[in-house]
Amino acid sequence: MSATVRHAEQRDNPYALTHLDALESEAVHIFREVAGEFERPVVLFSGGKDSIVMLHLALKAFAPAPVPFSLLHVDTGHNFPEVLDLRDRTAARHGLRLHVAKVQDYIDDGRLRERPDGVRNPLQTVPLTDAIQAHRFDAVFGGGRRDEEKARAKERVFSLRDEFSQWDPRRQRPELWQLYNGRHAAGEHVRVFPLSNWTELDVWQYIAREEIELPEIYFAHEREVFNRNGMWLTAGEWGGPKSGEPVETRRVRYRTVGDMSCTGAVDSAATTLDSVITEIAASRLTERGATRADDKMSEAAMEDRKREGYF
Amino acid sequence: MSSTTSPLTAEQLSATTLLRFATAGSVDDGKSTLVGRLLHDSKSVLSDQLEAVERASLDRGQEAPDLALLTDGLRAEREQGITIDVAYRYFATARRRFILADTPGHVQYTRNMVTGASTAELAVVLVDARNGVVEQTRRHAAVAALLRVPHVVLAVNKMDLVDYAEPVFAAIAKEFTSYAASLGVPEITAIPISALAGDNVVEPSANMDWYGGPTVLEHLETVPVSHDLTDCPARFPVQYVIRPQTAEHHDYRGYAGQIASGLLRVGDPVTVLPSGRATTISGIDALGRSVDTAWAPQSVTLLLADDLDVSRGDLIAPSGSLPALTQDIRATVCHLHERPLRIGERVLLKHATRTVKAIVKALPYRIDLSHGLAHENEPAALEVNDIGAVQLRTAEPLPIDAYADARLTGAFVLIDPADGTTLTAGMAGEAFAEPAAAGDAADEEGWDF
Repeated sequence: MSATVRHAEQRDNPYALTHLDALESEAVHIFREVAGEFERPVVLFSGGKDSIVMLHLALKAFAPAPVPFSLLHVDTGHNFPEVLDLRDRTAARHGLRLHVAKVQDYIDDGRLRERPDGVRNPLQTVPLTDAIQAHRFDAVFGGGRRDEEKARAKERVFSLRDEFSQWDPRRQRPELWQLYNGRHAAGEHVRVFPLSNWTELDVWQYIAREEIELPEIYFAHEREVFNRNGMWLTAGEWGGPKSGEPVETRRVRYRTVGDMSCTGAVDSAATTLDSVITEIAASRLTERGATRADDKMSEAAMEDRKREGYF
Repeated sequence: MSSTTSPLTAEQLSATTLLRFATAGSVDDGKSTLVGRLLHDSKSVLSDQLEAVERASLDRGQEAPDLALLTDGLRAEREQGITIDVAYRYFATARRRFILADTPGHVQYTRNMVTGASTAELAVVLVDARNGVVEQTRRHAAVAALLRVPHVVLAVNKMDLVDYAEPVFAAIAKEFTSYAASLGVPEITAIPISALAGDNVVEPSANMDWYGGPTVLEHLETVPVSHDLTDCPARFPVQYVIRPQTAEHHDYRGYAGQIASGLLRVGDPVTVLPSGRATTISGIDALGRSVDTAWAPQSVTLLLADDLDVSRGDLIAPSGSLPALTQDIRATVCHLHERPLRIGERVLLKHATRTVKAIVKALPYRIDLSHGLAHENEPAALEVNDIGAVQLRTAEPLPIDAYADARLTGAFVLIDPADGTTLTAGMAGEAFAEPAAAGDAADEEGWDF
């Protein structure tokens, strides 16, 4: 796109913003509200597409000054190396401090126990809440979107969490106009979701428009995978494949990246941003339905994890 | 019309605008079915979500998939079979993206509908064709009018149950339109539908050839996203001061914010409130690129010609059309919390980017939405879901507009200083707008046979 302001529906209304401009403007507003009202905000940053978009928005919100927040990543120990590489390069390029809380450390010293299925995503909650308390973060940005899951559809942009980081859906504050209420007691914090109103497709269109660099695993590539519960998982040190789970080479890409033990790849030929967008627009599966095992554990899996402090 | 069934191309997708709208309806008028159909027919319910709903419905012994399970996201909602809270849904067509505030029709409806309507540019009010305009319908119309939602759609549902009879629709549309117009709702579009059978939701109905207007989706796709800039003076609440203090940008001092209304140009004479100091705009950064003009709702950074003391909470406005500065605010409010609001209460008031102390000086009246907007004068307190008038005294002067003139700079919330609870939603000025000048015009715009 050119450097001029984009016009949509030019004929009817020269001042209508495109939906991406409207979403961008709203997200930037949210970042600036937090910068204006909180003492110690932090951005959850994994190197995945949603957190990369969040950081991009934060960079625009405060330019030409640096982003006034540090970054936090909860490393499950089962992350994709390409993603961690981009995480580190991005933080370094923008001169941002990156805190890393490691699930492995908690397993090594006995504070957490490995689950029999090897899935580490649910284990992230403890290191996350510990890090929030230890650093006394009072606002924690997450890339959660309301289109991801029906419990998330009920989430506020500013979501108050108690000292145990718990989410109580019945105690949520009503949120009107753009008047976000960030008041909290000592020990409490607020989770902030600037991408609340974005969909998966919006994120991809924005990545294409802004030419944002992503880890290669989001694009189709040949990979050795095996099938478990209908998902294509990558072989790795985390406990797969087991016997009876033959490995095959397939042309795949990832729609989400998280813990390798529960993030599945999808068959895909999409090697460019345009072809990814076309593929998602035609897909009959949601992002999480296609690729996340942890959401399938029960009907209320996401709500239950959110209540405990998960994003 | 079938544009919604085929995948969208990247080109189509990038040219779309965004419409935020809210639905209002009581328990059995078919709101879930309408929402379900809009989501389903626009391909926004994907197969894994449908499968999950089918699985859960079977587990409950239901034969057909219960579409309400798509929207009831919380365990307690599913257990009780009710919707507790506003949920936001997303769908898209080739022409537009939609954010739907799905507001539950249950007991707490006023609070929930106020929440959903506060960001909506359009509200869909559902009516059961067999029952016509009932108390609940009047309540929905009143809330849409109070919140000054620019467009209201009356969806007369279950037309299949009244033999698709034109006179039934015409009578309901006429009654609703004249009621809503009397409250000052600027634009009303009435559409006869059957959400269950699909008449006039996405596809035009073959059963109602007497109706020549748009389907619900067509109307949602084409209604103008309202930015009436010529009538709205610019308002720029300062959110954050950007001072890089780097060698490259040593003297840069920018005021970051989102334009709440109107349009700003480089060279415009502006005044900073509450200090009242005047200067001109020397530059506008629109997220990293320099522009000459910017308008609502863009997030931008303003550079000013003079070195003034400007900080978060200040408001920048064109020197020729400033809002009044006042410490005495009379407002219409909707009380949101179980804790009542009483005279003498000390609260925090958040207006735009500024939070000040305030005290409740008087409660002039409470509106009874269920009985033709009757006023109860000087109530003892405002209870949850009450709508009424409040007089507030603030600790510092605020540049506040009448909500009728500017939705964002006329709005505020009251917060409990003790625990941070959001108590009350406020709209400065009179409750309802003046009815549209020409009654005939409102009638004609009401529906389109």
